[in-house]
Amino acid sequence: MLLISCPWCGPRDETEFHCGGEAHIARPLDPPALPDAAWAGYVFMRDNPKGWMRERWMHAQGCRRWFNLVRHTVTHEIAGAYLVGAPLPPLPDECP
Amino acid sequence: MSGYRLPAGGRVDRDRPLAFTFDGRRFTGFQGDTLASALIASGERLVARSFKYHRPRGVYSAGAEEPNALVQLGAGARSEPNLRATQIELHDGLVAAAVNAWPGLRFDLGAANQLVAPLLAAGFYYKTFLGPRGWWRRFYEPAIRRMAGMGRAPTLPDPDLYDHMHIHADVLVVGGGPAGLAAARAAASGGARVVLAEDGPLLGAGLVDDDATVDGVPGIAWADEVAADLAGRDTVTVLRRTTVAGLYDHGYAVAVERRTDHLPPGAAPGHARQRLWHIRARRTVLAAGAHERPLVFPGNDRPGVMLAGAVRTYLRRYGVACGRRAVVFTGDDAAYATAAALADAGVAVAAVVDPRRDAPDAAALAARGIAVLPGHAVIAADGKGGVESVLVAALDGSGDGQARRIGCDLLAVSGGWSPVVHLYSQLRGRLAYDDRLACFRPAGSVAGVTVAGAADGRFDLAACLAAGHEAGLAAAVATGFPAVAAAPRTSAQPPALPPAMLWDRPPAGRGKAFVDLQNDVTTDDVALAAREGFTAIEHLKRYTTTGMGTDQGKTANVNAIGVLSGVLGRSPGETGTTTFRPPYTPVAYGALAGRFVGELFDPERVTPIHPRHVEAEAVFENVGQWKRPRFFPHPGEDLEGAVLRECRAVREGVGAMDASTLGKIEVRGPDAAAFLDRIYINPMAGLAVGACRYGVMCREDGMVFDDGVVLRLAPDRFLVTTTTGGAARVLDWFEEWLQTEWPGLRVFCTSVTEQWATVAVAGPLARAVVGALAPEMELGAADFPFMTFRDGIVAGMAARVARISFSGELAFELNVESTAGLALWDAVLAAGRRHGIVPYGTEAMHVLRAEKGYFIVGHETDGTVTPIDLGLERMVAKRKDFLGKRSLGRSDTVRTDRKQLVALLPEDPEELLPEGAQLVDDPKAPAPVPMVGHVTSSYRSAALGRSFALALVRDGRQRIGGRVFAPAGAHVVAARIADPVLFDPGGSRRDG
Repeated sequence: MLLISCPWCGPRDETEFHCGGEAHIARPLDPPALPDAAWAGYVFMRDNPKGWMRERWMHAQGCRRWFNLVRHTVTHEIAGAYLVGAPLPPLPDECP
Repeated sequence: MSGYRLPAGGRVDRDRPLAFTFDGRRFTGFQGDTLASALIASGERLVARSFKYHRPRGVYSAGAEEPNALVQLGAGARSEPNLRATQIELHDGLVAAAVNAWPGLRFDLGAANQLVAPLLAAGFYYKTFLGPRGWWRRFYEPAIRRMAGMGRAPTLPDPDLYDHMHIHADVLVVGGGPAGLAAARAAASGGARVVLAEDGPLLGAGLVDDDATVDGVPGIAWADEVAADLAGRDTVTVLRRTTVAGLYDHGYAVAVERRTDHLPPGAAPGHARQRLWHIRARRTVLAAGAHERPLVFPGNDRPGVMLAGAVRTYLRRYGVACGRRAVVFTGDDAAYATAAALADAGVAVAAVVDPRRDAPDAAALAARGIAVLPGHAVIAADGKGGVESVLVAALDGSGDGQARRIGCDLLAVSGGWSPVVHLYSQLRGRLAYDDRLACFRPAGSVAGVTVAGAADGRFDLAACLAAGHEAGLAAAVATGFPAVAAAPRTSAQPPALPPAMLWDRPPAGRGKAFVDLQNDVTTDDVALAAREGFTAIEHLKRYTTTGMGTDQGKTANVNAIGVLSGVLGRSPGETGTTTFRPPYTPVAYGALAGRFVGELFDPERVTPIHPRHVEAEAVFENVGQWKRPRFFPHPGEDLEGAVLRECRAVREGVGAMDASTLGKIEVRGPDAAAFLDRIYINPMAGLAVGACRYGVMCREDGMVFDDGVVLRLAPDRFLVTTTTGGAARVLDWFEEWLQTEWPGLRVFCTSVTEQWATVAVAGPLARAVVGALAPEMELGAADFPFMTFRDGIVAGMAARVARISFSGELAFELNVESTAGLALWDAVLAAGRRHGIVPYGTEAMHVLRAEKGYFIVGHETDGTVTPIDLGLERMVAKRKDFLGKRSLGRSDTVRTDRKQLVALLPEDPEELLPEGAQLVDDPKAPAPVPMVGHVTSSYRSAALGRSFALALVRDGRQRIGGRVFAPAGAHVVAARIADPVLFDPGGSRRDG
């Protein structure tokens, strides 16, 4: 079970959280203008990387706030959490 | 008789004899015994029958790795199956029985299975017992399951208490042997919070098996000193009788502490029997030790064949000799100490057989009159019931080439040691095969975890102490504590020679040579599996069942890997291991459940009116966590009778329903209207204050997600109702969009479900009832039109009254503060008495709404249904965007042959279609019959005077008037497709 540091509440057990999958999927501004394939890409298609990933999590049994987390999908290592709307942190393997 | 109690020695209390019963016979042991040690001391060799062939088996080990001596412990509700006799601490009055013997342990009819062994080879269930058709299920499987039994699960509720505990530590040390003690001592010395978990009742108990000193005192005395030091520190938690069953990410471990199992049942009232510990540690030291391995040769499963280390443990820890005349067969140095210990205890040692040509220590043993046979192997263990003799031969055919027979009743074997890598491997730690030590060792790194001592392949005491100490110090320093303790010193010497395995040249004797004792898997099975292509170790495991069962191959796995590799001519490292998964040893469900049983299993939510429903003897149903009255039966009335009566009352008179469970969310803020416009498929921004509007919401894929009525309380304030089961989901949905996608919208949402109590008053006489309660309120259809609400006084209480109808009848929803709910319900029933008011439940509500063609989310929808499929085209807003709108124009959602909501009228009006039934056009069509839809709801209707159903039917709206068929049990029901609104299609009744 992961130990996740909520930016508002501090480290808590994974069971208190709800995972919302890949982060930074922006809702298209003008859906009617999109062809089917582009809309399907937004609704259905998600990255499933083996390695570092930015994810959305919600502290369901705590502050109920959504935030973003950088997690390694193989080792479950967590590089850090950041707030919705904050600048994108680089992934650890992107660091110079 | 074979084993016996030595006149002195062992850590048992000879002044405290304990009486116990095994397999119906009475025995005596001592305080400090395990069930296994007491049985051996009593001369019992036969303690179990094997899984498949029902061969006689004896105690094989002295710990968690025991493959044979599984027992059913206790009786009645406390009966527990498949426990290892080697780990059961004896207590007075203990009752145990063998698990797989019928009619009895000594005369077991199942032993006849050995005669048909060729039929039971690896993968036999894929090959034999196949025909005639149907016999597998009716005869073979039940018979095989009966024969291949393990213990029986108790059928009565567990009378014991179980607790969950949570603890945070700087350092978790798993294992209280020499390495674990050294680690805990070092880690704790600087003040770190340390948790030490030890499987057994004593710390360092294994040191009694060893003659070496530590820090100048006997090892066991050193262990006692460390235990006292740890006990004196309030930063240290020592958990004895505690098995760490699983190790997970980020330092999380789950352990089971057995607190009362060593006491007679009921001896510790008020104490939880077991505790499940949730441990979160910053650093973990794994010092779980190693399991000794069997050697594989014909007859290696006979009672009297035991692990050499276990033989020494029984001698030194329990004062028990496992036989009277022993042969030691070992490819490893450690068993030489067993030979010496046996001789010390006065047991005759006939020979030490060592396949290695340059056996160590031969001179020392020879000086004591013990013959050492280097370059030799035991090629068979023979005897009826148990070992009576062994056949020993030179491996290179030297000597006279003849095997020689040596009489013995005990054969102590050692095939080297397998590090207990289970927890490390559970955490994806990489293993590599060590050719020199013939074992799999940790070879990678796992964040925060250090493996120390025998678990790391360091099998001698000096190395274990040093590694444990270093790991403990490093863990302390890594968590910010000083390194204080000095390393323990020992007189122990490292082993001289690496062990030898015989996997690639199996002894050539006759008879079954077992690789897995618990699952009765032989070398022949492994070879057969390899011939049939099951050469990957995971395939071998599944095909032969080796490494399965309650011991998960603790003694078997490496031998199976070795034998398979020998057959295929490759190294065990190339073969690799199977994956280790939690739990390390079986965990009782009671411990996992903890206190979350009975009414604490899941919260139960009840409305403020609930006590009246209980008094009225309502039949309840669960809706999410809510208890809702399903119907209110009169004496002698069944579901159908009650529901027809309740429905008739609402259609012809007046009924009252507790609707308090509907989800309610207040949505407030300057942008609330704009927000709801994006959420609902229909426009909400234009809703007038004081008005209500029914709304439907979709997910982004265009599928219906929830529905409900929206009330506009003020320009910037809405009350949203949701389905009973969907309230939490919908609030989460709102929050997700507000927080992640539209943080600019100034809106906040508050759940008010439990702040309100709601009573729906429905039926042609509803106005009269509400009028009597709210004389100040204008209730006429012109003053108080449908889909509006008013705040006012009802029955003397502040109330919000809404004209909302889910039945198609004139209806008022009365909302009051939840504390006033009970008084409101009483007032409604009192005022309605002279109108014959009838309380109705969810079942009548379902029938009434279905007659009107109103869908219910989760009944008519299943996440694949769009608003268009439900016939809601006219609700879908044209001029705004909303969640899911774009998906309603996808190629799949615009298909005209999608399943659409329709009603079904069975051609026999008495016939009820089964809910969930698949619908077909031609029931006589050859299989597979194309399915065109399914029944979503099905009822008898008082108003229609017949049965009816709602269904999703492919292209259903175009097929109104046509026929479909539903298989209903043995026969087929024909039904007409109809418009979903069957009752009052003009909607004239809702204004009364």
